[in-house]
Amino acid sequence: MAAEPTPDLIKAKPVPRPGVWVGAVIVAVLGLGLVDSLISNPEYRWQTVREYLFDPRVLSGVGWTLLLTAGAMVIGIVLALTIAIMRMGTNPILRGVAWAYIWFFRGTPVYTQLVFWGLITILYRRISVGIPFTDVTFFSIDSKLIFTALVAALLGLGLNEGAYLSEIVRAGLNSVDKGQWEAATALGMKRGTVLRRIIIPQAMRVIVPPTGNETISMLKTTSLVLAVPFMLELTFVTNAIGNRTFLPVPLLIVAAIWYLLITSILMVGQRYLEAYYGRGFDGEQAGGRRVRGMSRRQQAILAAGTVKSDPTLDVTP
Amino acid sequence: MNSMTEHVSPPMVDVRGVHKFFGDLHVLKGIDLVVQRGEVCVVLGPSGSGKSTLIRCINEMEQISAGRLYVDGELMGLREEEKGGRTVLHRLKDAEISRQRSRIGMVFQRFNLFPHMTALQNVMEAPRQVKGVSKRDAEQRARDQLARVGMSDRAGHYPAQLSGGQQQRVAIARALAMDPELMLFDEPTSALDPELVGEVLGVMRQLAASGMTMIVVTHEVGFAREVADQVVFMDDGVVVERGTAHQVISNPQQARTRDFFGKVL
Ligand SMILES: Nc1ncnc2c1ncn2[C@@H]1O[C@H](COP(=O)(O)OP(=O)(O)OP(=O)(O)O)[C@@H](O)[C@H]1O
Ligand SMILES: [Mg+2]
Repeated sequence: MAAEPTPDLIKAKPVPRPGVWVGAVIVAVLGLGLVDSLISNPEYRWQTVREYLFDPRVLSGVGWTLLLTAGAMVIGIVLALTIAIMRMGTNPILRGVAWAYIWFFRGTPVYTQLVFWGLITILYRRISVGIPFTDVTFFSIDSKLIFTALVAALLGLGLNEGAYLSEIVRAGLNSVDKGQWEAATALGMKRGTVLRRIIIPQAMRVIVPPTGNETISMLKTTSLVLAVPFMLELTFVTNAIGNRTFLPVPLLIVAAIWYLLITSILMVGQRYLEAYYGRGFDGEQAGGRRVRGMSRRQQAILAAGTVKSDPTLDVTP
Repeated sequence: MNSMTEHVSPPMVDVRGVHKFFGDLHVLKGIDLVVQRGEVCVVLGPSGSGKSTLIRCINEMEQISAGRLYVDGELMGLREEEKGGRTVLHRLKDAEISRQRSRIGMVFQRFNLFPHMTALQNVMEAPRQVKGVSKRDAEQRARDQLARVGMSDRAGHYPAQLSGGQQQRVAIARALAMDPELMLFDEPTSALDPELVGEVLGVMRQLAASGMTMIVVTHEVGFAREVADQVVFMDDGVVVERGTAHQVISNPQQARTRDFFGKVL
């Protein structure tokens, strides 16, 4: 058997990049200096950080922050779907209302909105259900019983979030090819079925990643509910302790550690969710090789070219 | 109506004086077309003549602007009501329109398979969601339809893993799974590489032979000659000429038709 002639493999030296190395050294020195200061500067008071990290008040603050984040996101997602579908419909009143909602809640600072929700019990002392512009009332209730600080905080965050998410949802729904609607309706499927079975599953690929970002963003936005005022979440609690003990810095660090920890968990969750959405209806015997990090179903959707792969999306402040 | 005609079944498709406007654009200008049960009607004509619009009107993807359209004797999209000697028209509810559509299969130029579902799931979807067929029955039926178009061995593949010809055959199976009385094809082979056209036309030929009523918009003159019972030549929103393939394609009477086939052939 004749040996195949081996080609003369190229062994060239890479282009020298001294500038990059100088930069890297400078950055490394600065980084080390920062770490050194974190350890040696007594003002950080790591002992105090350790003391308060698992303080019951702090833990309860973490719990409320999580509750606010989850609650506001649920309200936001439900609203976003409703609004996005309203905007895609043909009824001019529904479309107008949807447009006005997004215009208002995206156009004003969330802080302002939260202050407003906090003041609503003064603005409307009683909540009545009746016919507008007449004296007919069916029932009436003291607004303080409905708009507790928690409800005001959840509403404020959720309504604001809904406006942003609805644009994400709309971009996702619009990213699905018109031919998908046509094929599904031609088979006799009703609008709701088409959305649920055909459009939303494909739109999810576009919707899930920015919604993950929105959730992480929401985690930190919850610190603004002191505007309501709602005074149990993490930032408020740690600030209060820090001010009382005259140790603001270590308590800021306590809050930062918790936010970082939750964000890290959320990031893992987001990756899991994206993978989960890919696995959904995977056929057992489907052929074709899998590309790492992307499910077969997602690749299939991508390859079909019925969805835009990278629409530029508008995300929260 | 006299007793002679009463028990004669109506034509599968009866298009009467249909007009369609898109805003100011007059796309269909009084179309009449009768397709009998079991007949294959091939619609030919230059680009922009309104062929797609016509078949999209038949399954109510577009609302007609004037005229009437009947499928199997049933008025499509509208309900007529006699009121004091006058006829009042009502649009049908979405659910009614969906029901009417579910009896008509449609095959698109760009296949439009659902990319997040396997071939089998694509075919099962409408019987499950629209007719409420059990999963088991739907799967059995779907496998039968895939076998009919020669796609049994690709049942578990996603559309992206299939060639254009295979995707179009799955799309045909998907439409057939609803047991349609009528199949509409809008240029089913125009998006295919030349070597894949044959397999799709083969499936359509088989379908025609099985007695399915079909309206086919295509540029495949050979298919028209071989399979069509009726050939319709459209230009600029009107039917210019109709008859057998022999009459329309080989011996056209109208100058516009001669012109078109002179170029195509
Ligand atoms: N949704 C729409 N809105 C406005 N105009 C339309 C719409 N759909 C079709 N048209 C117009 O109607 C005319 C007929 O279009 P149609 O698609 O029916 O032609 P066609 O005969 O199928 O042509 P082709 O062979 O290119 O598919 C064209 O001028 C087209 O631009
Ligand atoms: Mg067309």
